[in-house]
Parts: sequence; structure tokens; C-alpha cells
Amino acid sequence: MATSTPPALPPLRPAGGAPPARKRRANESVSTWRWTDRIGYVLMWGAGLLVCAIGLSIVVYMMFRGLQYLRPSLIFSHPQAGLDQSKTGGFLDPLLGTILLTVLGITIAVPIAIGAATWIVEYGRPTWLARLVDSGIEIIAGTPDIVIALFGLVLFQQGIFGWMSFTAQGGAVFGRSFLTAGCMMSLIAMPMVFAATREGLQAIPGHVREASYALGKTKAATIRRVLLPSVKANISTGAALGMGRIAGDTAIVVVLLGATLTLDPEGGVPGLKVLKGTGGTLTSFVYNNSPAGEGNAPQKAYAAAFVLLLIVVALNFAVDLIARSGAKTGLETSRLGAK
Amino acid sequence: MIERDEQQAGMRHASDPRGEILPPPVRRIRVDGPPTVALPPQAEAVIDGDGLSATTMPGAGTMPARPQRGVAGRERMSLKTLSVFYGDNEAVKGVSLSIREGEVLALIGPSGCGKTTLLRTLNRLTELTPSARRAGVIRIDGTDVDDIEVTALRRRVSMVFQQPNPFPMSIFDNVAYALREQGAKRPSKKVLEPYVIEALGRAGLLDEVKDKLDHPALRLSGGQQQRLCIARALAAGPEVLLMDEPCSALDPKSTAVIEDLIVELRSSLAVVIVTHNLQQAYRVGDHVAFMYLGDLVEYGPTEQVFSAPKAERTRDYVRGSFG
Repeated sequence: MATSTPPALPPLRPAGGAPPARKRRANESVSTWRWTDRIGYVLMWGAGLLVCAIGLSIVVYMMFRGLQYLRPSLIFSHPQAGLDQSKTGGFLDPLLGTILLTVLGITIAVPIAIGAATWIVEYGRPTWLARLVDSGIEIIAGTPDIVIALFGLVLFQQGIFGWMSFTAQGGAVFGRSFLTAGCMMSLIAMPMVFAATREGLQAIPGHVREASYALGKTKAATIRRVLLPSVKANISTGAALGMGRIAGDTAIVVVLLGATLTLDPEGGVPGLKVLKGTGGTLTSFVYNNSPAGEGNAPQKAYAAAFVLLLIVVALNFAVDLIARSGAKTGLETSRLGAK
Repeated sequence: MIERDEQQAGMRHASDPRGEILPPPVRRIRVDGPPTVALPPQAEAVIDGDGLSATTMPGAGTMPARPQRGVAGRERMSLKTLSVFYGDNEAVKGVSLSIREGEVLALIGPSGCGKTTLLRTLNRLTELTPSARRAGVIRIDGTDVDDIEVTALRRRVSMVFQQPNPFPMSIFDNVAYALREQGAKRPSKKVLEPYVIEALGRAGLLDEVKDKLDHPALRLSGGQQQRLCIARALAAGPEVLLMDEPCSALDPKSTAVIEDLIVELRSSLAVVIVTHNLQQAYRVGDHVAFMYLGDLVEYGPTEQVFSAPKAERTRDYVRGSFG
């Protein structure tokens, strides 16, 4: 069996492992494996390739369809109601709506998520409260977005939130606006930012904190000057993932933003009136224009969907880039990163 | 200069393959015991924080050209029946010691003997461990450490850790971090620069990094990172420097550099070093404290502890019978 050539010593292998390779000192060969391992091996390759194929086919198909129908004029013209498809305009408003809602949602989510994650890792006392915070985040992460949307609608129709959306003559609060939708969207993104931040903080070894304390620094200074800067890459990754989730969400847009065709400002204060008003996003535009929606203009749906896909893919690439640059300058490659 | 010669002797020793065995007890002749060292009175005045103080010591040229250990100055810290408990486990049992300026105190002993705990108690870092309790008195310059605001105490009693742990920021910011935020206002980079340069100089790192102060500190080599940590600790202007096995994660060459540094630093500071490496304790220590299972078994001048230990345990340990 172990008739190994020149290098006289057969390679050491753990007892019970595969027998030593014969002839060439090549990599181990599948032919020496058990049948179950071989099947598993093939299945793993298959699964990997399948995922690639699915991802690629979505992008390629959407690109094909999207580029077929996408015209610059679509991006730069406002949508209009009309019976003739050539006169219904483009999707400038939904595009702006997506950007606005994403920025709004992430702006609300990031500080809360960082605060919660920092508290739970650096303080986390009393333990029962930490556990409660943890489950709170898990519940938020696990709640379907349509449920979050409904909850948000009920919440923001209360009188005290009247300033956030349109209030009718009788005092009834409409509850639908960029502000209210942004608040609920932040719940979609928050768990991702929270998890990323917490993971980053937990990966910082204790002796780094102690090094800061040993220089006579307070805990607050340590968190602000050492710990949070160290997890910048994690926070960015979480934020980019969260933005992708917000950009892709439909339920909250339909329920809380009104899913209107155009941005409909409300009130007279510049800036705030857009936030107080209703609008739509690319997702609601795609839904409305798909064969399932009332617009039924699939070409425009494809074009808008392609733009949406581009945004989300771009965000994912951003995640990758951030993670990689973090690995270059951050803790991951240093001895600090070794837990 | 004298210090340097001695250090080179130490380095030779470190590279000696037979270095595994104990250093020969027949070492250079030295005057034992801090109080008996007759020293030019200027030695006290040398403590000016100058990075070169060790080599440009006014007294140095006039001193006889024989191996000279640290010059014990006044007592900076004193421990009286210090005990530390983790829960019910007594990690340090009634230790009394004194830490003097101008000398290196080496804490040796087998793993788990409480030497690191003792070290961390000195700047109240053990208080970060929720289960830790402390009994006994630690004084710095006569003041109970409990009466000093903890951040102020830690600036006076700074610490270097086993793992090089620079912060993920630039080299400059790492050192400047110790200086910033001590006042109400954040000082500007320009104001901080001379202090940063000085600290890097004292840590012997300046020549290697002076052109890349804005580079990330984590790109430095392990030995450089550790010296950066020392620079960072020095920037806070400490009176006592605690070192917890500062060389255990480093290669022999970096170790030699850092030992050299420790020997130089002691002219302006009191240094307490925890080490597993008996050779190192022998090379850098002026006094050695041997701990075993939380007890301070032996405390005395390095020479004496290594060549003529009083306690049986110490003798066994320094001869390598256990630990």
C-alpha cells in the first residue's frame, strides 16, 4: 500500500483517515473517498453552481429586458396617469422616492443600532435587560415587513403623530408619508446594522479596551475614540446591507407611503413638505406596472426593476469593498483580530 | 554607555543556545541592595523625561566601569498585605512590597501564581473584573490609590500588555491618544507633536517611524508594535510603568531591543515587569519577587534570588524543577 517513492516517509495522516496517496505526491484524489463523501462532494459543487446560475440568470434576464426598454427619458421624466403608454412618462419620482426613503430609513436606523449594539456589548448590565434588548432586536428582525407596515399605520395615525403626515379637516391623521414610512423602514435595516456592529465590537479583544483604560481613559472615551472607529467597516457593511433591504421593500411602501405614482408634497414648509407627503418607490412602481398591478405596463416595470436591481447590486458591491478595505487596514489581518 | 555594554552581554546570553539553563550565578560584581548603592546625587535630577537620559546620565561617565544595575531612588509605591480575591479564590495573599524609582522589579513565578493579578492591581485594572475584590493597602507616593481618581492613577501608573495592542489608528494617533482628552479641550496636532516625538524617542522607535507617523500602527512588526505600546504608555507621563510579559509574543531580537529599552527607561521611572522568562528577569531585574500560589515567597536583589535563594521553593523554581 504505502509504497511511496522518493520521499521515503509516507505523509502522516490521522488514524482512520484516507490511506496515503500513491505515486505522485499530488493532492488527494476523490477516488480514495467513500461513496457518501463523493456524493456529498458532487452535491456541494452542484449547489454552489446552482446558486451562481440563479443569480446570474436573474441579472442577465433583467439586464436583457431592462436594457431593451430602458431609455434615459424614462429615468428623467415624471410619471403621469394616462391611457396611452407612450404618454405615461418615466419613473423619476419613484427613483427619487427610493433614494429618499433609503436615506431616511438608514439615517434613523444607524444611530439607534450603534447605540443598542454598543450598550449590549460594552455595558450589557443588568443581564435581563440585555437579554430583553437582544430579543427585541430578534423580534424586529423576524417580523414580516407587512406586519411592521400595519403596525406603523396604526401607530402613526394617532393624533400625536399628526405632524408627520397629512391631517384631514376632521382631525383624522392619514399616517402615510415619507417620515412614517422611513421610521418603519429603519426597523427593517436596524437588525443588520445592529448585528454587524455587535459582531465587530465583540471581535475586539479585551486587552485593547484595557490598554485604553490603562492609559487613564474613561469607558466613554474608549468607546468613542477606540472601539467605534475600529468597527467603522462593520457599521458600513451593516448599513449597506440595510439600505439594500430598504430599497427592495414593497409592503411598507404600499401601506405607509401610499405607493402613489408621483411625490405628493404635503403642507407648505419647503423640504418638510416632501417628507410629510406621500410618494412611491421603484418597488411600488414595478408592482403597479407589472401585469399584476393596475398600470400593466410590463416594459416599464422591467426597466424600473432593472434600475432597482442595479441599485441593490451596487450596494452589495459596496459591502464587499468596505469589507475588503476593512480587512486591509482594520483589525482582521492583525494580531489584534485573532480572538 | 555602561548600560549598553551590559545589555549586549545580556543579548549574547539570549542568543546562546545554552541559554535554556540558568544564567551562571557568577555574574559581575555589583553592590547589592538599593540603600547601599553610593550614587552621585545628580542621579535623581536626571529624571527629566529625556529619551536619552539613560545614556547621557551625568553621573554615568564618572561611575566606575563595572556592571552597574539600576539606581534605586525613593520609594514610589508600597504594598501592604495586599490580597486579591476572585470570588472565593485568593489569587494574591497578603503581599507586601515596595517599588522604587530607578529600578526594575521583576515578578516571577509559575503560571497562575498571581503575579499578573498583582500587577493589574497596582493601577486598579483588576476592578474591571466584576468578581475581583481587594484587601490591603497600595500607596503611591504615600497616597492610597483608592483616594486617587482612577483615570488619574492610571496615567501615573501606566501599563504595557502581553499582546502588542496598538489601536487601529495611525502611529501618531496611537501615541497622541494618551495625551488627548486629558483636558477639557482637544489639543491640536501641532501642540501634541513634540510630545509624541519625545515618547517615540524614549521608546526607541522614532528612527524607524519618523517618516510614516500617519501610517496605520497595525502595519508595524510585532516588536515595533510593542515599542509603540511602550511609547503610548510613556506619553501619558507615568511615574510607574507596569509590564505584563511584554516580550512573550515577540521574537528574540525584538525581545532584546525591548529589554534594552526597559533598562534604559528605569533611570526615569519605576518599572515592574512580570515575566515567565527567568533569563529575562535576571537580565533586566534589579529586584526579583518570586511568587508561588499567591504568596510572595522571596523578594530580594536579583543576584541574591538567583544565586543564593533563601527559600527552598525559590531554589527549585530558579533551577527549573517546577513551573
